[in-house]
Amino acid sequence: MSGRNKNSNSLGKLGKSIFNISFYRGVVAIIASLIFWEFAARVHLPVIGMIPAPSAVAGSLSSLIFTGYYWESWYVSFERVFSGFVMAQIIGIPVGLLMGMSRKFRDLGFPILEVLRPIPPLAWVPASVIFWPTPQMSMVFVTFLGAFFTTVLNILGGVSNIDIRYIRSARSFGASNKDIFWRIVLPATLPSLCTGMTVGMGITWEVVVAAEMIASRSGLGFLTWRSYVAGDYPVIVIGMISIGIAGYISSSIIRLLSGRATPWLKII
Amino acid sequence: METKGNGNAASGRMVIDSISKSYGMGPLRQKVIQDCSFTLEPGKLTVLIGPSGCGKTTIINLLAGYEEIETGSISIDGKPVKGPGGDRLVVFQETALFPWMTLMQNVTFGPRMRGGRNSREIEGDALSLLQKVGLGDFRDKYPTQLSGGMQRRAELVRALINSPRVMMMDEPFRGLDAMTRELMQEYYIRLFEEHRITNLFVTSEIEEAIFLADRLVIMSYRPAQVRTVMEINLPRPREFSMLTSKEYLQYKKDALEILHEEAMKAFSTGTATCVADFLEAYSEIEEKK
Repeated sequence: MSGRNKNSNSLGKLGKSIFNISFYRGVVAIIASLIFWEFAARVHLPVIGMIPAPSAVAGSLSSLIFTGYYWESWYVSFERVFSGFVMAQIIGIPVGLLMGMSRKFRDLGFPILEVLRPIPPLAWVPASVIFWPTPQMSMVFVTFLGAFFTTVLNILGGVSNIDIRYIRSARSFGASNKDIFWRIVLPATLPSLCTGMTVGMGITWEVVVAAEMIASRSGLGFLTWRSYVAGDYPVIVIGMISIGIAGYISSSIIRLLSGRATPWLKII
Repeated sequence: METKGNGNAASGRMVIDSISKSYGMGPLRQKVIQDCSFTLEPGKLTVLIGPSGCGKTTIINLLAGYEEIETGSISIDGKPVKGPGGDRLVVFQETALFPWMTLMQNVTFGPRMRGGRNSREIEGDALSLLQKVGLGDFRDKYPTQLSGGMQRRAELVRALINSPRVMMMDEPFRGLDAMTRELMQEYYIRLFEEHRITNLFVTSEIEEAIFLADRLVIMSYRPAQVRTVMEINLPRPREFSMLTSKEYLQYKKDALEILHEEAMKAFSTGTATCVADFLEAYSEIEEKK
């Protein structure tokens, strides 16, 4: 009973926090730009008038939305982004922690990391198509690179910025090395990890779309590129907006998880 | 929670015998502490006071075992001190509460790490101590949700719950406003007078020092040495009304004369200070790596 009450209460709060004045301003701004865009397309304004009108895009969307091809593109891109992203965390987090905590490991790993990091993930596309057996694996690998370095560097920074007094007092309280790792080092690094993941998620979408245009025959990036090649301009716009929405959904998920993982940061 | 009459009141005698410490390399090497000796008597409150930058924090770090002494010896109840240990707990400058733990989790951290007792018992002890300092309703808050004064009180409780033999307070009330500071002194002195754990309190405020102390150790400027030891024979429990008594004012006058001399020395060796401060700060950073 009380749980239910609490639930409806928080739903009410959620409603209030979404449908406030800022929300309505946003809605007005979007509608206004759509009207301007439609107008620009109809009177053939230079540059912006070349983009298909919202009405044309909506017409295309209404048929595209019922095709398996459109949703398949969503699914494929999401799968790539999340496989690459999750792999980047699974490998990047331990690497970052090891480098942060062990001087030896940092001396060994840092130069390699710093040579590889400036290479844009897209420059890896040709090489990865050659050395990975399937195109899917090479796509996932390139996505992985997009998030990997961000994660490693953020964790490394997080670990080396831990206030030494935390470790000292934990030692005085009798904490073992294991306790210090799980109860001090890890939670103290979490905020940096969350930052790294938010940034990394943004990069993975940039990378996957570009990689799909170059070296794939599926995904939202490919959908956009193919429409260009086929001259189906409204679908280009649909592809672009879809990518935007997909990226927004992904970073919302990360933000939600980050908030859950670091409750002490929310309330200041 | 053990309170009055536990074993700690009788133990916790800490003998610091001509310890020294230097920082820096080669020609830049500077002695920060030189042949420093004093004793913390069991169940007494010793206050360490000296000009700022004289190495008081370094002494705490040495006593706590966070850093190693070069010469001399430190022993507690006859046993030499080696590395950090639960018998000597430090309350740091500003707050060192773990930000990712609630107040309750912070306070119970020590007992949980040592193990041996169930969590219900531990939480019961923690709650009664938190209530004593007026934080009972804040057990599930995170440190960032509390005011500065509340954080320091929580930190006192976090150390106290472990019944250490010696508690070391490194300018714990620095950075608080005057009102809060006075309130904190009162909380602190009540807790001390009730538990009678051996306490070392570091400060650069003379009034705070005399108000709290059984024994006042006045440090010289760098390299830090014990300049004078004064026994403060004001009655306990201490009350703020004593701040106007004749005895108190005499102690203050004596102490101020010595501190003034040392402060003048510090002032005249300004450049050397900068180098030494830098070296000390730098070696802390180095250690962190």
